[in-house]
Amino acid sequence: MATPLQVLKPRDLELGPLSGLIASDAGTTAESAGGEITVDTLRRKVQAIALPPSPWKHWRLARDEDGVAWLVIDKQGASANTLSEDVIHELGDVLTQLENDPPKLVVIRSAKPSGFIAGADVGEFRGSAAPTDIEARLQGAHDIVDRLDRLPVPTVAVIHGYCLGGGLEVALACDYRIAVEDARLGFPEVLLGLHPGLGGTVRLPRLINPIEAMTTMLTGRTLRARRAKSLGLVDAVIPERHVRAAVADVAARKFKTSRASTSVTVFNSAPARALLAARMRRETKAKAAPEHYPAPYALIDLWETHGGDPRAQQKAEIASFARLIVGSTAQNLVRVFFLREKMKGLTDGEWRGRRVHVIGAGAMGGDIAAWCAWNGFTVSLGDMNAEAIASAIKRASELYRKIGHKSTDIRDALDRLVPDLRGDGIRSADLVIEAVPEKLELKQRIYAAAEQQMRGDAILATNTSSIALEQLRTGLRRPERFLGLHFFNPVSRMQLVEVVSHDAVAPEVLAAANAFLGRIDRLPTPVRSAPGFLVNRALMPYMMEAFILLDQGAPKETIDAAAERFGMPMGPIELADEVGLDICLSVAEHLRQTLKPSADGRDMFERPLPDIPQWLQDKVAKGELGRKTGKGLYEWKNGKAIKKPPEIPHPPQPAPGAQADADHLAEMTDRLILPMIDACVACLRQRVVGDEETVDGAMIFGTGFAPFRGGPLHYARARGFSNVVTALEQLAGKYGERFRPDPGWSQLA
Amino acid sequence: MLLRQPFPPDAFDQVILGCVNVIADEMNPARVAALRLGMGEAMTAFTVQINCGSGMQSIDTAYRYIQEGISDLILAGGAESLSHAPLVFRNSAVGWYASLFAARDFTARLKAFAGVRPSFFKPVIGLERGLTDPIVELNMGQTAEILAHEFGISRHDADEYAAQSQQRLVHAHKEKYFEGELEPAFGRDGRLFDYDDGERPDSTVESLAKLRPAFERPWGKVTAGNSSQITDGASWVILASEDAVKKYDLKPRAQIIDSAWGALDPSIMGLGPVLSSTKLMRRHNLALDAIELWEINEAFGAQVLACVAAWNDDAFCRDVLGLPGAAGEIPRDTLNVDGGAIGLGHPVGASGNRIVLHLVNAMKRLGKKRGIATECIGGGQGGAMLIETVQ
Repeated sequence: MATPLQVLKPRDLELGPLSGLIASDAGTTAESAGGEITVDTLRRKVQAIALPPSPWKHWRLARDEDGVAWLVIDKQGASANTLSEDVIHELGDVLTQLENDPPKLVVIRSAKPSGFIAGADVGEFRGSAAPTDIEARLQGAHDIVDRLDRLPVPTVAVIHGYCLGGGLEVALACDYRIAVEDARLGFPEVLLGLHPGLGGTVRLPRLINPIEAMTTMLTGRTLRARRAKSLGLVDAVIPERHVRAAVADVAARKFKTSRASTSVTVFNSAPARALLAARMRRETKAKAAPEHYPAPYALIDLWETHGGDPRAQQKAEIASFARLIVGSTAQNLVRVFFLREKMKGLTDGEWRGRRVHVIGAGAMGGDIAAWCAWNGFTVSLGDMNAEAIASAIKRASELYRKIGHKSTDIRDALDRLVPDLRGDGIRSADLVIEAVPEKLELKQRIYAAAEQQMRGDAILATNTSSIALEQLRTGLRRPERFLGLHFFNPVSRMQLVEVVSHDAVAPEVLAAANAFLGRIDRLPTPVRSAPGFLVNRALMPYMMEAFILLDQGAPKETIDAAAERFGMPMGPIELADEVGLDICLSVAEHLRQTLKPSADGRDMFERPLPDIPQWLQDKVAKGELGRKTGKGLYEWKNGKAIKKPPEIPHPPQPAPGAQADADHLAEMTDRLILPMIDACVACLRQRVVGDEETVDGAMIFGTGFAPFRGGPLHYARARGFSNVVTALEQLAGKYGERFRPDPGWSQLA
Repeated sequence: MLLRQPFPPDAFDQVILGCVNVIADEMNPARVAALRLGMGEAMTAFTVQINCGSGMQSIDTAYRYIQEGISDLILAGGAESLSHAPLVFRNSAVGWYASLFAARDFTARLKAFAGVRPSFFKPVIGLERGLTDPIVELNMGQTAEILAHEFGISRHDADEYAAQSQQRLVHAHKEKYFEGELEPAFGRDGRLFDYDDGERPDSTVESLAKLRPAFERPWGKVTAGNSSQITDGASWVILASEDAVKKYDLKPRAQIIDSAWGALDPSIMGLGPVLSSTKLMRRHNLALDAIELWEINEAFGAQVLACVAAWNDDAFCRDVLGLPGAAGEIPRDTLNVDGGAIGLGHPVGASGNRIVLHLVNAMKRLGKKRGIATECIGGGQGGAMLIETVQ
């Protein structure tokens, strides 16, 4: 049975004479997923009304009794609207009709429950084309949007849900924008190494305060409806039920707007632009290096140079966009976008669980429980230690306060997070996640007790980062319903979760785990149980090499700078402090123990991991663990490492000249990065992970591996596999066997 | 508690909650609780109020619903957050506010505004008003003073009772008698509340004797030490029909045999347990000594002792209760054996529920069969519930 609201909700969407229109989308999976009733299926069932066929695939047009034309975008076969080329092309046809027979008013809105228009069709950005071709295509799209802008009748965009990128550019070409309360507006292009390319750079700084406009485009941040209203980006924020009345007011010319006219004039003046652009460049530089991320700088240039002349800026925008999109940064970031889509695609399977039980309220267990509760699960957090639960609740409420916008959301999430001192929640749980200390016997004892109480169809997952699942599963009555879910710290920010399989796990359990991760908005990476799985296995040589460099006298700031120059979000030394030196030590010790050549010498790694430095053990013994204790390899203050400016390193053998210095720094970068990539290749060879894309996605979302490089293997491919192998062999000759390239390189195409 | 059950939270038929001081933000706390407990949008829920008997009234109402065959599974509770009791404005101030808003033009508004008096802003403590009987204009402590006087209960008697209550509570805690009954609360700020801070292991007759009277100075007998404490608290029990027991294979702990309510003059409300319990016992032909275990809510030490004394009072039993003579003496080792509200506090809406729950658990532990949980109720009433354990 459906709830009353489930039946009524689909009636919300106000489409004027087209109300009741059933959005065309491919989202039938929602219904097939266990027959659960969703808003979409109900839309289909309850509100099927007969509408005359539309002459267009993606658009519908109808006039109401007041002469208002309702232009509804409903992209065929998609659950969200994107501005693909043929959608824009069709808009041109629609506009012709409107130009020939002007209505009193045009309302543009989406029939998709998911939102207005989610942006351009990123797929069309892929692959290389000549910039001149791209320019020509862009010019065509611009012409159509300009025609919308010039329509002789008032135009209103009514925006619900996501209105991003190209979608916002269409809305900007309208005379008015009315946001429904759930609207989210923004220009995320910069996150793909681009800037707005359909007139957004021209129109936004002329509508709202240019400083805010540029900030919005430079950060790619999404604005909530209220914020958009206060900036003047939308003219009203209303609940869905007032859309018709608001539109009627626009038609009757009674609709009031308040826009930021003074600041637009003042800050768009040439002297102000020069001043502000310089400041923007400075601030951008602190976040993204121009050689890695050219788009924000191109955006600032556009505005500074052409902010006084819209026509010139439009031309320049087209040229700049075309230049960026063929560049490697944008192409790699688009690749990353699709890596994420691929990982998200894994979560499509069926799993209808509602109850999660977490065993162990320590740092990881508590945070996993909090995250699951935030995402709608009722979570029992089991620990015999009430103090541990109390501090987990404290961390949860701090997190919720940070990420939550409504006090009721925070309250509800805390209500769903249920302290469970006796483990009573195990019995009703659909998924039990164990997150207790890394001790084999302890875990096995817990499993034995838990399995007695667990439902037969429940899944048992371990958050182990080091113990082989084949070992953990011995003694289980239902090993096929056991797997690893390896979360990273901090759980709320690290999107990646390694889904660890073993020889006895059932495929549907893996699929269910992936689906669960989708529901808590995490990205699954399937890995096979092997020492360190993928992410820790790949990170460890990188960090150990940093320790060796440290022992060889390189300043820690320089080591970090060498990695950051490559594009890592954080250098290895700072990362070690951030993760905690105790954790680093235990992972390193574990990997040294387990990463030994196997008896037949075939399947395990032939190369030893470097020795663990004595000082690392000393520091851990002294309690200097890094960020969490305020002192590790760095001193930490207010959650930040105190760093000196990096020195240009002196090579071991004096070699004069700047070129030698640069070579030396490049070698240091290679010493750090290449062993990490080599470990990825080893993981591929040993089938710890399935394919190159999975490796690249996991390393980007799990370690922050320079996204503009498209992932470690993509980087190696771009640099040339043979080049990398040669570099590794040279390093091996110079610094030791740990650099000897993995046999897996030869298997890579 | 819901986690412990073999059925999901939305399997209940309804939720009934006793609550005395309902705050303005949550006018039907039963429904708020049902939704926040994740029992589903379709869960009906209502709040009952009979002052200090509210938490027992919820059980009684649930029991009658099940008896009628209307419901099979009911969550019945009591909750009180006296720390949320509001400060209220005086009626005179409310009148002034209203005139201010009613004023139509500026002069009228100015005139209305000029009517302000400093006394308007002297707040009235809502809690204090709630604990004062509106009919007889006595606060609850004073009604206990009256009973102490009528039954000749001394300050020493009351203190001795209170000290024993505290010791019993401390002992019960040490022996983990509250395991599974008393759940810790977790604050958003990470604070853990696993103990009621009213529990005072160091309370002795001597230390209690040093306290000043709380209500009638200087010669009164009722002190903060020998009274229940004003606290926050909540308690839930699950009531199930035979069908529900079978359906979910539940293990019932006890059976409600009957319940009764009684009333008398508000100035001696503390005798409510005597009236209501006697009604119950007579209905079932039970003598006082047939009741193996008692929970008489400890509103005031002197008041509990007054109840014991009343049953032992020939004239009172004969003329008021219609018994042939004194009913007898309730042995102290069958009365409030694990302490009570003097140490644990008396969250008014919750207590009636808690004493029923604890009576069941105590009887199970001590291997007893039949018991009564009963409380006095501000306004001159009493409620009692006759319980038998199920083996």
